[in-house]
Amino acid sequence: MSQSYNRGLIEDFGRWREFSAGMWAWVFHKFTGWVLVGYLFTHIAVLSTALAGEAAYTGTIQTLEGLLVVRILEVGLLAVAVFHILNGLRLLMVDLGIGLESQDKSFYASLILTGAITVASVPTFLAGAF
Amino acid sequence: MAERYSSFQPGGRRWLWQRITAAFLVVVLAFHFFLLHFVYHADEVTFALSSARMESWTYYSLMILFLITATFHGVNGVYNALINQGLTGTKQTVVKWTLVVASAILIVQGVRTANAWAGISIL
Repeated sequence: MSQSYNRGLIEDFGRWREFSAGMWAWVFHKFTGWVLVGYLFTHIAVLSTALAGEAAYTGTIQTLEGLLVVRILEVGLLAVAVFHILNGLRLLMVDLGIGLESQDKSFYASLILTGAITVASVPTFLAGAF
Repeated sequence: MAERYSSFQPGGRRWLWQRITAAFLVVVLAFHFFLLHFVYHADEVTFALSSARMESWTYYSLMILFLITATFHGVNGVYNALINQGLTGTKQTVVKWTLVVASAILIVQGVRTANAWAGISIL
């Protein structure tokens, strides 16, 4: 039989010191989700310069990619996307009832793997920026 | 019995579609990042390169499906997060329709952009 426990309101962020691994996973998933949806709208806006012609699009992208701050933000975007993907896989497993007893360990694994993939991608993302 | 803890309405389909789009996006978002940062490089992007990819119907269809699923997943996620924070009543209705309109604009603009690369002039 399933066990019931009262974990309290996660939306009460003032209790953050009491959060368990699963609650942090929830918070990080929401945060990365907000960033990604915000980026989606920005991304389409920037790509829409293609509607103004070839020169406008190529010029806009190459100017943005020439800025070091944009390259650094792209590394941040990669970290956010990788965590959201890995934790999303974890959530799909949880929904299917697979590995429920290890859901805290899979959250830590998502964090470590996100860090490793992000660090390993830095040279590619910053290539030609200096 | 376990306490129900979900921000989705019981019996609703938004929960299911959030998971279905998630399963698709996990693969396509990873592919998108890999293709545009590791196979090609962001600083080498030109209209001609984007156009060459988008002229393939397979790639075009995948990107349109990517746009639609990502928009649904993202906006549905935002709507759900706001309901989690206590959004109800008239405010909920206003937010819902604002998000629906924003999604429609995003999808139309995304399709127009893809069409510009693919050389399609219907929208």
